[in-house]
Amino acid sequence: MTTPTSPVFDELALVERARAGSSEAFASLIRQYEGKIFRLAMNITQNREDAEDVLQETFLSAYEHLDRFRGDSKFYTWIVRIGVNEALMKLRKRKQDKSVSLDQEIDTGEETMVREIAAWGENPEERYSREELGGILDKVVQSLPPSFRTVFVLRDIEELSTEETAEALNLSVPAVKSRLLRARLQLREKLTRFFKLKGDDTFAYL
Amino acid sequence: MLTCKQFIEELTDYLDESLSGESRAAIEKHISQCPNCWVVADTTRKTIRIYKGMEPYPIPQDLHDRLLAALERKKAAMRQTS
Repeated sequence: MTTPTSPVFDELALVERARAGSSEAFASLIRQYEGKIFRLAMNITQNREDAEDVLQETFLSAYEHLDRFRGDSKFYTWIVRIGVNEALMKLRKRKQDKSVSLDQEIDTGEETMVREIAAWGENPEERYSREELGGILDKVVQSLPPSFRTVFVLRDIEELSTEETAEALNLSVPAVKSRLLRARLQLREKLTRFFKLKGDDTFAYL
Repeated sequence: MLTCKQFIEELTDYLDESLSGESRAAIEKHISQCPNCWVVADTTRKTIRIYKGMEPYPIPQDLHDRLLAALERKKAAMRQTS
């Protein structure tokens, strides 16, 4: 996993200082990770108001429970787990009436079918402005079912390992892998519309 | 020779580079002979790369300020109860 941090020992020193009551040290940790936590919250809840709440609750909860951070994982992995839990709680609350279960494995087999095959250019994203691209990527990821989306966000956007993702979501490693595969295939398929080479028609497959 | 279905099942481990040398070689052999699966592997790899390259959301200043203010309130409350 990569994080944009300085070496781990610096981070641990910051956590130690924050624990001892340094507001400045905890503010540094906030500055380091608030963008990522906010993105995670937006991706999971798909609602700005909820994401703002999740951001705040995540850091307040982290501050309150700093003594539980033992330093055997990265601080980012620890705080991401808090963020995921806060975001899933919001999502469940919002979806309560729609009876969406995140724990339910949707296994119709259809998600691993590949319907569209068309080659993309080397850097197909360069066809779009940064803003347009952001809009496309957000829209496409939001079209995934929550159980796939959450796994994809943790593995491929936040770059947690398979094991860390399984732990954060209380899933088995095979369940993470299976959802990740389906999420990636669905995204690939949906993005093909935007990224395929002009003139490369799709054809039937499998 | 792997079937296309077997290739799809192994795709995530292949792209994450967590396959053994033998399985990896079998996948590479398959995609060198099956243009459709080559496209699926290539476009899925690009999908992951493009999402990884996304920038974190910029945090509006007022949201950052509200977070710091909430933290100060939390600290005051924690001091009172301890």
